[in-house]
Amino acid sequence: MNNLFVYCEIEDGAVAEVSLELLTKGRKLADSLKCKLEAVVLGSNLQGIEKQLFPYGVDVLHVADDPRLYPYQTLPHTSVVVKLFEAEKPQIALMGATSIGRDLGPRVSSALHSGLTADCTSLEIGDHEDKKAGVTYKDLLYQIRPAFGGNIIATIINPDCRPQMATVREGVMKKEILDENYKGEVKYLDVNQFVSPEEFVVEIIERHIEQSKVNLKGAPIIVAGGYGVGSRENFSLLYELAEVLGGEVGASRAAVDAGYAGHERQIGQTGITVRPKLYIACGISGQIQHRAGMEESAQIIAINTDPEAPINAIADYVITGDVAEVIPKMIRYYRKNTK
Amino acid sequence: MRGLKIIVLAKQVPDTRNVGKDAMKADGTVNRAALPAIFNPEDLNALEQALWIKDNIPGTTITLLTMGPGRAADIIREGMFRGADDGVLLSDRAFAGSDTLATSYALSQAIRRIGEFDIIIAGRQAIDGDTAQVGPQVAEKLKIPQLTYVEEIKSVDESRIVVKRRLERGVEQAACNLPLVLTVNGTAAECRARNARLLMKYKHARTVSEMQSANEDYLHLYNDRPYLNITEWSVNDIESDPSQLGLNGSPTKVKKIDNVVLQAKESRMISSSDEDIEELMVELISSHAIG
Ligand SMILES: Cc1cc2nc3c(=O)[nH]c(=O)nc-3n(C[C@H](O)[C@H](O)[C@H](O)COP(=O)(O)OP(=O)(O)OC[C@H]3O[C@@H](n4cnc5c(N)ncnc54)[C@H](O)[C@@H]3O)c2cc1C
Repeated sequence: MNNLFVYCEIEDGAVAEVSLELLTKGRKLADSLKCKLEAVVLGSNLQGIEKQLFPYGVDVLHVADDPRLYPYQTLPHTSVVVKLFEAEKPQIALMGATSIGRDLGPRVSSALHSGLTADCTSLEIGDHEDKKAGVTYKDLLYQIRPAFGGNIIATIINPDCRPQMATVREGVMKKEILDENYKGEVKYLDVNQFVSPEEFVVEIIERHIEQSKVNLKGAPIIVAGGYGVGSRENFSLLYELAEVLGGEVGASRAAVDAGYAGHERQIGQTGITVRPKLYIACGISGQIQHRAGMEESAQIIAINTDPEAPINAIADYVITGDVAEVIPKMIRYYRKNTK
Repeated sequence: MRGLKIIVLAKQVPDTRNVGKDAMKADGTVNRAALPAIFNPEDLNALEQALWIKDNIPGTTITLLTMGPGRAADIIREGMFRGADDGVLLSDRAFAGSDTLATSYALSQAIRRIGEFDIIIAGRQAIDGDTAQVGPQVAEKLKIPQLTYVEEIKSVDESRIVVKRRLERGVEQAACNLPLVLTVNGTAAECRARNARLLMKYKHARTVSEMQSANEDYLHLYNDRPYLNITEWSVNDIESDPSQLGLNGSPTKVKKIDNVVLQAKESRMISSSDEDIEELMVELISSHAIG
């Protein structure tokens, strides 16, 4: 009872990266709360799935194995999770901020009247004193995320409602095996007790999963462009530089909104989190939501016409100048000196 | 085939895309008042899907529902200029401080008051939070199915809809019976522009609160032309449990807001001159940062 739960996603028989990252974080939080780490997996043909999960320190694994539960569908998955949570009363529930987690999380929170914080960049345990009511809450989940309105970070709590729910994007937390031989307990759910046939209302006619063509997470060098790049045409300079250096192209949300780059290239709090060897920020001001997704890069080069741009404060090299002038020079002198 | 009854959920948001230098205060926070208030971009994509259905199924009506302060009536008018039939503004101090759950509760109670509907269409997310929570939370409150991240409606009739969904990794074609909630992605068709005839027809449309400050000369208009009245509901116009509204009804609380102080790194300053850039590239190559 009152343990920490992680909803684990499955794609083609494998547990999603983001779920393993959350289990790693969940294990640490559970240790400081002195509670168990429990995982929930729903899908089809799940025998042996515990082998992928126990090494992350899962104490109890709830498995709902039924051909109808894969691929993911909103209502049946919601039903299983809601009923399981009603019975188990977790204090904390974590999900990936993915197509699935962002579809499921809000339904579960709405059904249970529990608070949900999206796209957290950090999770901690701490106390809260409500001075007005004269109450002190022990060991709450601090759900930390940048807030709209400038250089600010908000700490959100759910003092009274349980579970305290949060979603986190892939790549924000680090995945780490706790112990290859860690042994937990597997509990198989009787799916028919949780789902009624009427809940399978959605018919998935066709599903076409494509591996993303853009591999930002694995790229050693990222050339990222912002609104300051100015146009889709100018963005082609970034592709050229990335190609020459053997890197990948990323973008800020403002550049994506302006149509300079596709959404799959967005870096930041509500995009992808990256930690490349080298990050070249071109015409990006460096707002907090953007920095959240790249500030752990090993080295950062900022190219900006504004010598006061916030990105400069976290850059190792600050080039004050126009993207359209600087990038061709970088390409030229790279070529000249590597021949 | 009978026409469908569609409710579009829309939000007026600060234009987070245009936080120029003049909107920044000295302490690094944003002066929200200096930002223009706009129709949330993906809610416009949602409206377009509704208009597409209206084009294809004669007799379909579109009601735009928004919760916000009085000035949010602007987006109802904007919707009417583009083809929505009417709108409801849900506005009351009692809703202030709502998190996504309290918002979805208030919206779902307003939807119950509106009555029958076939499809509720919302944008996937609002740009001031990017949470994508309100659509699914409303669907759960109404106990109806949802199809999220819709990019295109393939077919629809009075009982069933088939859509293409845009997922993180790929696409899916899915079908579901009505009624349901759809949330629409920014990759869906852009919303059509204002229609000149509708602009003329609805430019004087007002909520009750707005009419009170309207020019005397126009007052007779609202009696003669009922379609110029934008419905405005306060908390008393919907059935609600006060413990689920506003700040009290919001399970999530902001414990604190911290200003992030940037620890300025020791950065190397480089000009855009040929010499400086060449020197930098040589250094990066020899330190194996590149190459
Ligand atoms: C809920 C929420 C979530 C968000 N999530 C993200 C996210 O995941 N990722 C993200 O990036 N943002 C996110 N944002 C948006 C973020 O707050 C900023 O608006 C955005 O990062 C700004 O992008 P930008 O730096 O490209 O544009 P701007 O802030 O407009 O900066 C443009 C920069 O380009 C410089 N410049 C102009 N012309 C040139 C030139 N010719 N050469 C060189 N430099 C030039 C300017 O000096 C300026 O510094 C989010 C916002 C909200 C509210």
